[in-house]
Amino acid sequence: MYEIRLHGRGGQGAVLASKILAKALVEEGKSVKAIPSFGFERRGAPVAAFLRFDDKEIRQTTNIYHPDCIICLDPTLPRAVDIFSGMNLNGIWVQSTKKSLDQIQVPETVSKVGLCDAFGIARNIFGRIITNSIMLGAFAKTTDIVSLDSLSKGMESVAFRDAALEKNIQALQHGYDETKVFDVNKQEAL
Amino acid sequence: MSRTIVCDGNEAAAWGVALSRPDMVAVYPITPQSSLAEYISQFVADGIINADLMDVEGEHSVLSVLHGACLAGARTFTASCGQGLAFMFEPYFRTPPLRLPIVMSIVTRDGITPQCVWGGQQDAMTVREVGWVHMYCETAQEIMDTVVMAYRIAEHREVMLPVNVNHDGNYLSYCVEKVEIPDQEEVDDFLGEKNTNWHVALDPDRPMGVDPLTGGAGGPGPALFVRYRKGQCKGMQTALRVITEVHEEWGKRFGRYYAPLVEEYRLDDAEYAIVTIGSMAGAGKDAVDLARESGEKVGLIKIKTFRPFPLKVLRQSLSKVKAIGVVDRSVSFGWNSGPVYQELLSTLYFLDERIPTVSFIGGLAGADITIEHFTRVIETTAVALRGKEFAEPIWLNEND
Repeated sequence: MYEIRLHGRGGQGAVLASKILAKALVEEGKSVKAIPSFGFERRGAPVAAFLRFDDKEIRQTTNIYHPDCIICLDPTLPRAVDIFSGMNLNGIWVQSTKKSLDQIQVPETVSKVGLCDAFGIARNIFGRIITNSIMLGAFAKTTDIVSLDSLSKGMESVAFRDAALEKNIQALQHGYDETKVFDVNKQEAL
Repeated sequence: MSRTIVCDGNEAAAWGVALSRPDMVAVYPITPQSSLAEYISQFVADGIINADLMDVEGEHSVLSVLHGACLAGARTFTASCGQGLAFMFEPYFRTPPLRLPIVMSIVTRDGITPQCVWGGQQDAMTVREVGWVHMYCETAQEIMDTVVMAYRIAEHREVMLPVNVNHDGNYLSYCVEKVEIPDQEEVDDFLGEKNTNWHVALDPDRPMGVDPLTGGAGGPGPALFVRYRKGQCKGMQTALRVITEVHEEWGKRFGRYYAPLVEEYRLDDAEYAIVTIGSMAGAGKDAVDLARESGEKVGLIKIKTFRPFPLKVLRQSLSKVKAIGVVDRSVSFGWNSGPVYQELLSTLYFLDERIPTVSFIGGLAGADITIEHFTRVIETTAVALRGKEFAEPIWLNEND
């Protein structure tokens, strides 16, 4: 079983991203459960969404407390929320930021980092800082867990139509292309 | 041909409604049911559901509208929860004695006060004694399948009772997973002829009295009132058989078999068991597997049908074990325990031997019931098995 926690702010589309990713993983034959965290929904407030997938049937319908991967849609969020809470060793961190690796602090639990200037890309494509599709591209590039093709199909069937779909597929591709991936802190699992 | 989609529990319920081809749907939105209402109105707008959608001013009107529609021969659906269900209570109580086969999803939500908009089964459990059939689902797929099955059960000639298909607010309403949507023609064939008002009809050509004045201490009143109540009870008891038959037929036709009343998991050689209801069962089964790995002889009992109460099958399940821990997602204030726990105590009366029991209350107001929580439930129930008494309920999320 592989567990992913998405962090974002209300309005950036973390919950929708988890739904698209769920669809893409089902497309690739996985068993998936994705569930949003329950907070006071409002624009700008920190939100989280959980997604677990496996080759065999998943039964537990619960939140995720020990993620293998963190996807963070907002560059300011790591300062406001402990996004690494409970993270498993040798985890993967996919972060929206225009900073370079030497400008950020990578916790010891993380062994792979994907950095993507999602705000910059979003401003160009949407004129607004909606980063979910871009960061799904960043996730695909960093982890190799899911293909862009499956993510595009996920977008089409779950979320977007027509012009919005076109723009989001463009965003997905840009997110993939412009993400820089780094191996760090390689450790033996305890 | 069937097709696979990925959706949350509320959308799965809406697809179940679409497949059942209702004539009229009335809804008033309330968290966490709102997106279910939105999916249905989207389906009506897109022509996926060919029904009249009544967007009324509150839940009391929602169910009153459906009373009229059902009496006039329509197949009907609604969904509600929490305060909405509270506001609906007056027509809600009148639905079973009118013998109206209305299907309603309760997207379960905890009770206020204090303020809370999240899941918990307090709403559905509070109305457990009103005469509706209550079934609780575990997955999005089961929600969709059970909504369709609910019409067969409700409209069965010997049942003619309203059915609540309950799914946990948040944990099922918003949980996204794979759902297979069967072919419409096969569902049409499964559901057969609509049967909503053979017993009463709003028909200008054949006027008839509905809902007569009864009761009192003399004349025909008391006997008539008793006839109504006995009829309801008989319909509920018959529903136990019908629910089982309908689930079996669903399994044969669509390949998905669900335990209709009570599911047993690793119970046959178990010394003791935990009892669950709703979406928590998955984490419960995982915890049972973990405990089994370390040699604990524990099993799980999941209640799907809570009303009518499946006394016979549950008695059989309980007879296999020597202790039980019951996990409730709501509170029985009168008994200082959970409502499911209370009903399990009643069931134990019918066994030869009295066995130790523990009441656990968890998952209130959106709180999580994790594998770790269930591990605690299993360990505590094992302690009860060895003789320690637990007079007070254990609140699982008290220190989370």
